[in-house]
Amino acid sequence: MKVIVKVRLKSGILDPQGKAVNNALHHLGFEQVRDVRIGKYIEMEVEETDTAKVRELVEAACNKLLANPVIEDYEYEIIGESA
Amino acid sequence: MKYAIIVFPGSNCDYDMYHAITGVMGEQAEFVWHREGNLNPFDVVVLPGGFSYGDYLRAGAIARFSNIMGEVVRFAKKGKPVLGICNGFQILTESGLLPGALLRNENLRFVCRHVYIRTENAETRFTSVLEKGQVLNIPVAHGEGNYFISREGYQELEEHQQIVFRYSNSRGEIIREANPNGSIGNIAGVINREGNVLGMMPHPERAMENLLGSEDGRAIFQSLAI
Repeated sequence: MKVIVKVRLKSGILDPQGKAVNNALHHLGFEQVRDVRIGKYIEMEVEETDTAKVRELVEAACNKLLANPVIEDYEYEIIGESA
Repeated sequence: MKYAIIVFPGSNCDYDMYHAITGVMGEQAEFVWHREGNLNPFDVVVLPGGFSYGDYLRAGAIARFSNIMGEVVRFAKKGKPVLGICNGFQILTESGLLPGALLRNENLRFVCRHVYIRTENAETRFTSVLEKGQVLNIPVAHGEGNYFISREGYQELEEHQQIVFRYSNSRGEIIREANPNGSIGNIAGVINREGNVLGMMPHPERAMENLLGSEDGRAIFQSLAI
C-alpha cells in the first residue's frame, strides 16, 4: 500500500525556514500570505495488505525515525492497494 | 586516558579531535568506525562534529541507529563519560541520551565564528578545572544549533544543574546579542542527570592552541584527565 506521511514542527515552535519564505513571498507581492510553515512530505510503499498492520508499522516508523516527538507532529494517510 | 572517536559517514571533525587529544593533550585516541562494535578498551567516547549521513531527515537522526550507537548507549549506562560535539550533540539528543532537540538556527544562517560561553556548572567531570562563571572563547560552526526543550524540561534542567554552558559576552553576561542561534536560555551545552554525558555545540577541539585563536577548549580534556 502507498502511504503518505506529513511531518511538521509542533505549533508554537519557531520555524525560521517558514518565516524566511513568508518574507520572500511578501517581497514578491504576495502580501496576503501569513504564517508560512514548512514541513516534510514522505511517500512510501509498504508491502502489506492488512490496513491495521500498515497503520501499526507506519506509526512505529514515525515514532522511531521519521518524526522527532520532542519537536514534531506527524499525520499519515494510506492511499490504497498498490497497483 | 584512552578516547574512542566515533566516525560516521560524514563526520568531519574527527581528525581535529584526534589532534586535540593526542597532539595537544598527549592522551591516547583511536578512531572507531560506526560499524565496529567494541568500546570496552576505552575510557571516554567522543562523538565528533560533522554531517553524519548528510544530516538527512534531521541532523543526527540516522546516525542514532547505526551499529555503534547501541554500544555508546551501553557505555553511557555504565556511567562512563560520553562527549558529543556539535553533530555529536545532535546525535545524543536524537538518541535520547540527552533531553531536548536542536532546531535550525533562528536567523537561518550557518554560524561559523568564535563565541563566548559561560560555565554554569563547574562540578561535572568535563568542567572540574573551571570555575563557575568562567568565560571560555570557543568557536561554533553549525546551521542547526538552536537548542529547544519544553518549559517543564527546561525547569528540570535548571533544577538539576544540567545546563553546563550558556552563550554570553566576553564579560559573562547572558544577553540575547551573544546568542548565535536562538537557543532557549542561551544554552550551549547540557549534561544528563547522571552527569556522564555532555553535549555542546561549540568545538573545544578547535580551541586548543593560541596560534588558532584560543586554547580554552583544553579545559574539557584537562577535566576528563583528572
